Formats: sequence, structure tokens, C-alpha cells
Amino acid sequence: MIALSDVQKSFGDNHVLRGVNLEIASGTSMVIIGGSGTGKSVILKSILGLLPIDSGMIKLDGQDVARAPRDAFLARFGMLFQGGALFDSLPVWQNVAFRLLRGSLKRPKDEAREIAVEKLRRVGLTPEQADKYPAELSGGMQKRVGLARAIAAEPEIIFFDEPTTGLDPIMSGVINELIREIVVEMGVTAMTITHDMTSVRAIADNVAMLHAGKIRWTGPVEKMDDSGDPYLTQFISGSADGPIEAVR
Amino acid sequence: MALGLLASLGAQAMAILAMLGRVTLFTFSSFSHMVRPPYYPREIGHALLQVGWLSLPVVGLTAIFTGGALALQIYSGGARFNAEAVVPQIVAIGMVRELGPVLVGLMIAARVTSSIAAEIATMKVTEQIDALTTLSTNPMKYLVAPRVLAALITVPLQVGVGDINGILGGVTVAVQNLGFKATTYMQNTVNFLELRDIVSSLVKGAAFGVIAAVMGCYYGMQSGRGAMGVGRATKGSVQAAAALILAANFVLTGLFFSV
Repeated sequence: MIALSDVQKSFGDNHVLRGVNLEIASGTSMVIIGGSGTGKSVILKSILGLLPIDSGMIKLDGQDVARAPRDAFLARFGMLFQGGALFDSLPVWQNVAFRLLRGSLKRPKDEAREIAVEKLRRVGLTPEQADKYPAELSGGMQKRVGLARAIAAEPEIIFFDEPTTGLDPIMSGVINELIREIVVEMGVTAMTITHDMTSVRAIADNVAMLHAGKIRWTGPVEKMDDSGDPYLTQFISGSADGPIEAVR
Repeated sequence: MALGLLASLGAQAMAILAMLGRVTLFTFSSFSHMVRPPYYPREIGHALLQVGWLSLPVVGLTAIFTGGALALQIYSGGARFNAEAVVPQIVAIGMVRELGPVLVGLMIAARVTSSIAAEIATMKVTEQIDALTTLSTNPMKYLVAPRVLAALITVPLQVGVGDINGILGGVTVAVQNLGFKATTYMQNTVNFLELRDIVSSLVKGAAFGVIAAVMGCYYGMQSGRGAMGVGRATKGSVQAAAALILAANFVLTGLFFSV
């Protein structure tokens, strides 16, 4: 289980997280929604230790993540970045097998390649694409490669940062479906941040809405539409009228 | 008014000192990662190629032309007091002690520092640095240490090549245009140079190489967002590297040659 209690984070005068409390049970898929710039990515990066929090506590299976041995801690995670964050200088298969080619999970090169090709196949890419460079692939394909990289070392927890941003609706649907399949198939704990409501309905077991630096509402996805929370209702409907200020 | 000015100066001085502190810690950290496993041979090999081998043409050409120009200048200047004969000695000492290391250092700052800063800054902006971390790979070890190590090894060698090319540029011009004999010129050069001159040249090369690589990596890692962030990181890295190389040159010259 991942547990955040009273997590606060500021960038200068900008208090992005103002006491976030959230629990993500093992084996479930949590989707965090919220407007742009509300700090959704900051939550993910804080859990991973990419951004140090100002105060509060983040625990993974009861252990304070700030005190966890770094390599062993990170080995439990996979992450799909918003823009893919693929390494331009490496061919696709080496991007996917990055973790398997170095460090504690190192495998022989042939075996690592075999796993990479298998993971690429899992996300709908052919072995021929394994030897291409990221720049030679379309945005959708790059997302798939990012997804293959996130699952390559079979992590227990996967984070998805805006998995469908910049993709057309059909490709978004494909990525959502893939994410859901992988999460169920691997039995992982998943945490996704998005403002795409189609993704939310396709991926989530539970939903949390971040607003004004705090978790405004959290609950099962099927209760989202009847939450009675005016902020969540406005966000779901995409209406400009409501308690959430829309800058026009 | 005066108090405001003082406060502003003080704030700037504090900011500069803080930055110097951060750069110093960054340099120590990069050296510390250089000597501790895991090592990334592929990255080190790539950095050796980029920083060393691929910089050789520009470094070699710069030194040849500078050596040639230096010979012409010394000959025409020396003619004012009948000292044309000192061309080989002055070209040798000028190239090996000063111009070789400084020019190579500045060329490396222009070519390598900018390229390192732009590459790492782009990686930062596109979250590739974060991706490295989540893939259990320390960016200091994977990106910074190989580049600093490559600069530490290859820039002194490039300075050596620059020194030799500069002298060759000088001898070519002296023989072709100024009526010197090649054998006599080279004999005078070899006889005049001391071991201390060569050692100082190579030590300067190592120091300038480290400065160039560290500045590129530091500014890249500190880059702001977007294209403007990458541009600022690149520009800042080259300015800082060039200024620090010239300052380090002054300090090292003082250490080696102050009487």
C-alpha cells in the first residue's frame, strides 16, 4: 500500500501540495484527476523521490520512502512519462531493456533483447521496430515503447503520467485498454494522473480529485458520477460554470 | 539609496558564492561517482569519442594557424630590435606554456561544453533525467562522471597535439616565409623547452578539460524548462567555462612559473 499523509510541497511562493492525504491499496488502480498545474505530477514525483517533499510522510508498505534503500525501492517501480522520456541515443529495444542491461537486474544482452521484443509485442509493436530509434516512431508508438519500458522489469507498482496526452481519441483508447489489461494481467498497483475522463473510466478502480493542493474527493470510479461534490461534478462535465475558477 | 546599492551588491555576491559552492559540490560529486562502481563503459567510450577524438580536427587546425601567426608576429616584432632569431624559442614557449592550453581549453568550451549542456538540458526538459532515476540509474554516474572522466583524459592529450601543431605551424611559416632552416628551427625549439613547460601545459589541459565538462554538465542539470531553458543553460555553460578556464590559467601559470 502507498500512503500519503499531510504531504506538503512548495515551489517558492507557490504552495502546490497543501496537505495531501491519500491511500492506494496494493493491486488496485488509482487515478488522480485535477486541473492543469494542480500538482498531480508533483505527487508522483514526490513518491518516487524525484522531488523532496517539504513536510508530511509518504509510506510504501508501512516504510517511510525517504528512508528506504534507494535502488531496491526504485526497482519496485515502473513509470510511463507524459512525453515518453525515451533516450534518443538508444534504439527502441535498448530503451525497453534499459534496466535489464545494467545494475542489479542485469541480464545477458541476448536475453535482455528477447524480453524487450516480447514486451514490445505485448504493447502492439513488431520486432522490426525494436531496432529503430525513438525519433523514427510516431507519438503513439513512443507511448507504447514507454509503456513497454515501464513493464519490462515486471515492477510491482506502475505510475502513468498523462498516458493519453497528445494522442488522437482512437490511439488514446488503445493505450487506455493496454494499461487496463497490463494492470489486471500483472496484478500491479497502478497510479495514473490524467485529466482525460475517458482514461479515468477505462483505467480506474478508484479515483481521487486533487484541487487547491488537497484531495477534494476520493472513492470508487463507479461512485464518481454521483459523488454530490460540486467540484468533481464540474470537472467531470467539463463545464466552465461552477466552483472551479476557469480563466477565460 | 547607498544602502540599497550595498544590499543589491551583497545579494549578488551571496548568489555568486552560493553558486560557487554548488559547482564545487557538483565537481566533488562527479569525481566521487567516477571512482565508485557501477561504471558505464559504453558511456565512457562514447564520451571519449565525443570529447576527445571528434574535437581533434578543430583543435589541431586552431593550433596550426595560431602557431603560424605567432611566428609572423614575433618575427616582425623582433625585427624592431634585431631579435628575429628568437622566433623558434618564443613560438615554442608561447604555444606550450600559454596558447596551446588556453586555445584548446576555449575550443573545448565552445565545442564540448555547449554540446554537453544542450544535450543534458534537453534530457532534463524531456524528463529523460527523471526517467534515468526511476530506472535505478544515477544521472551523476551515467551522464556526468563519464563526460568529466573523458575530458580529464583527452583534453591534456589534445593540448599536447595543439602544442605540437602550433610549433609545426610556426616552423612551416618560418621556413616558407621567413627564411629559417627547418632543422635549426626544430633544434632551437627542442633545446629551449624545459620539462616544466610541457608538464604545465598538460596539467593546464587536465584542469581546463574538467572545467569544461563540469560546467556543461552542471548547467545542463540545472536547466530551466523549455527551449529557453536549454538556450540559457548552453549559453551560461560556455560563458562560465571560458571565464573559469582563463582564471584557472592565471592561477596555474602563477603556481608553475612565479619566481
